[in-house]
Amino acid sequence: MEILVCVKRVPTVGGAITLTADGQAVDTRMSGFTISPHEECAVEEAVRLVDRHGGSVTVVTLGPVEAEEQLRFCLSLGASKAVLLEACGAGEFGPIATASALASVAESGAFDLVLLGNEASDTGDYQVGIRLAHLLRQPVATGIKALSVAFDGVSGSVEAVSVEAAREYRGVSETFQLPLPAVVTVKEGINLPRYPSLPGRLRAKRASIERIPVQFAPEGLRMRTLRVPVAGQHTATVLGHGVDAVPDLVRVLGELGVLS
Amino acid sequence: MTVYCLVELDAGTVADASLRALTMARGLASARGADVAAVVFGEAASVPVAELAAYGVMNAYAVAVDGYAPQAWARAIAELPNLAGSLGEGASSWVKTDTGLAVLTHDHEGEAGPAVLAAGTDHGNEVLAHVGAIAGLPVAANCVAAAPAPGGGLELVRQRWAGLLLEDAVLDAPVALLTVATDAVAAVPADSPGPVTVHEVKPELSAGDLVVRAEEAPAAAGGASLATARVVVGGGRGVGSADGFAPLEELASLLGGVVGVSRVVTSEGWRPHAQQVGQTGTKITPDLYLACGISGAIQHIAGCAGARHIVAINTDPAAPMMARADYALIGDLHQVLPALIEALRAR
Ligand SMILES: Cc1cc2nc3c(=O)[nH]c(=O)nc-3n(C[C@H](O)[C@H](O)[C@H](O)COP(=O)(O)OP(=O)(O)OC[C@H]3O[C@@H](n4cnc5c(N)ncnc54)[C@H](O)[C@@H]3O)c2cc1C
Ligand SMILES: Nc1ncnc2c1ncn2[C@@H]1O[C@H](COP(=O)(O)O)[C@@H](O)[C@H]1O
Repeated sequence: MEILVCVKRVPTVGGAITLTADGQAVDTRMSGFTISPHEECAVEEAVRLVDRHGGSVTVVTLGPVEAEEQLRFCLSLGASKAVLLEACGAGEFGPIATASALASVAESGAFDLVLLGNEASDTGDYQVGIRLAHLLRQPVATGIKALSVAFDGVSGSVEAVSVEAAREYRGVSETFQLPLPAVVTVKEGINLPRYPSLPGRLRAKRASIERIPVQFAPEGLRMRTLRVPVAGQHTATVLGHGVDAVPDLVRVLGELGVLS
Repeated sequence: MTVYCLVELDAGTVADASLRALTMARGLASARGADVAAVVFGEAASVPVAELAAYGVMNAYAVAVDGYAPQAWARAIAELPNLAGSLGEGASSWVKTDTGLAVLTHDHEGEAGPAVLAAGTDHGNEVLAHVGAIAGLPVAANCVAAAPAPGGGLELVRQRWAGLLLEDAVLDAPVALLTVATDAVAAVPADSPGPVTVHEVKPELSAGDLVVRAEEAPAAAGGASLATARVVVGGGRGVGSADGFAPLEELASLLGGVVGVSRVVTSEGWRPHAQQVGQTGTKITPDLYLACGISGAIQHIAGCAGARHIVAINTDPAAPMMARADYALIGDLHQVLPALIEALRAR
């Protein structure tokens, strides 16, 4: 199977998010960069599928040159090829332009499957995978937590023909059958991603990364500023210590109307 | 122009997240002198007319599509009688730049076009993203406020980083497509409900629109869903082990709720990921979140900030969750929970 995985470079967020003075971006002077847990799971899923069924994993990102760091991280996990869509021009790429740039890479290879995260950690647009699928005219399933591949061995060479993709929604399990080639966005929980191995890290360090420049284009949804929501002035009422506070806790639960 | 709102049903009644979306739809409609129309997937008889009326809906479209098929739902919305002209395929034009990038253009003279809203649920975000892809229009996900901008378009506030940040944005498009954050907009009924007219719609769908459709089955865990539970009993690293969850389960069933957990708990394998609350888990909006042995990391708060009330039980009075809570009990959950269960049983 040939699998393409799309990942995005985002700031690592710890105890609190701080913004740059102009409110245009997250302040990253004190933090590093990473990819979202969903995308880490997408890479892991791709590597497992290829380990099991053969083929190779390509990773792609649209971002600044520094995003090579995230591509090398994915290479160290078992991807074998990486493409950097180098974002040129000032401005934050929106989901329409992002999907369009990713589509150019997806179309350039014969990929059976394209995996993405369900949503990016930073912008949380919830749409790049779906837009990409429409551009490729392929079926798409999103928010997937379980994935398996069906093969057709009849024609002599064993060919991947479809995937079964499942998720839960409001206490209902939803299963989708997608003929390949297809696009699937995944969520954390689909697997437990591995840590990079030492040989993997060495291989990743030496790997060459293909670079393709992409010009920025504005979209109909434009950010003006970012802000940190103000948490209302708030102090917790301390009910006390240990089991002695249990009667008070029962009283509070009654006041909150959760005791029938 | 009409503000349409995709309305999801939960056991026959309007889902809480959709009531919130309807509230924002009504606010936007009244700011533009427009009306609110609900889009419900199902038979005309299944449309919860009284509830929709209470939220200010004037027209409801009952769309006949068998089961959940996201692209088919999107196609049906894009082809609603009054939207088809502005949303159908090719309604907006693409320009190829010399770098090969497609850029969207459209000409509008600053007048307010229609809008389509949906709840920021997995289904709502998914269906609207398909509508956006079909029409080549932007979609603003997880909005917490929307108002007409001077000179046309909309001024929006939307969540980023799962709600840890807010973005002030402008949406400039012939049809505004937005989803409404499930945890940040309150559901408020209309002052003066009127009658609702129900229209039956049978969309024309291609085979391609129906390729991806859900086979539905009751989820393995069987119980109430975390996202919509009225009470959530949360357990974190402080619970200590998979077995340690027995009292939390018991308490949850006594309170008619479900168990939710932190990421430490799922990555330890104590509980399935389906129960994770937070940025990369589920967002919850219960009346009560009882957080036991959870420190309250920023990514966990992203999932429970929409709880009406939080009660925290923790050995560490300085844990961030204790400050975030309405009520804090300092103590060992392994002692407090059995005593609480006993007290509740004795009532
Ligand atoms: C990109 C990203 C996404 C993430 N997404 C999520 C997410 O979706 N959900 C999530 O939860 N986390 C998420 N996290 C992880 C998050 O940062 C924290 O690591 C995690 O929430 C901590 O879980 P915890 O509170 O159970 O553990 P800890 O932080 O270790 O806290 C345990 C708490 O239990 C208390 N305690 C210990 N023993 C007892 C006892 N006997 N009785 C009472 N209290 C006791 C301690 O005082 C402490 O406060 C994410 C992290 C990243 C980087
Ligand atoms: N700049 C990017 N480069 C590569 N992949 C991206 C980029 N932006 C988004 N994606 C992918 O699309 C998914 C959904 O992103 P979004 O629709 O922006 O929330 C992410 O989890 C990534 O897998």
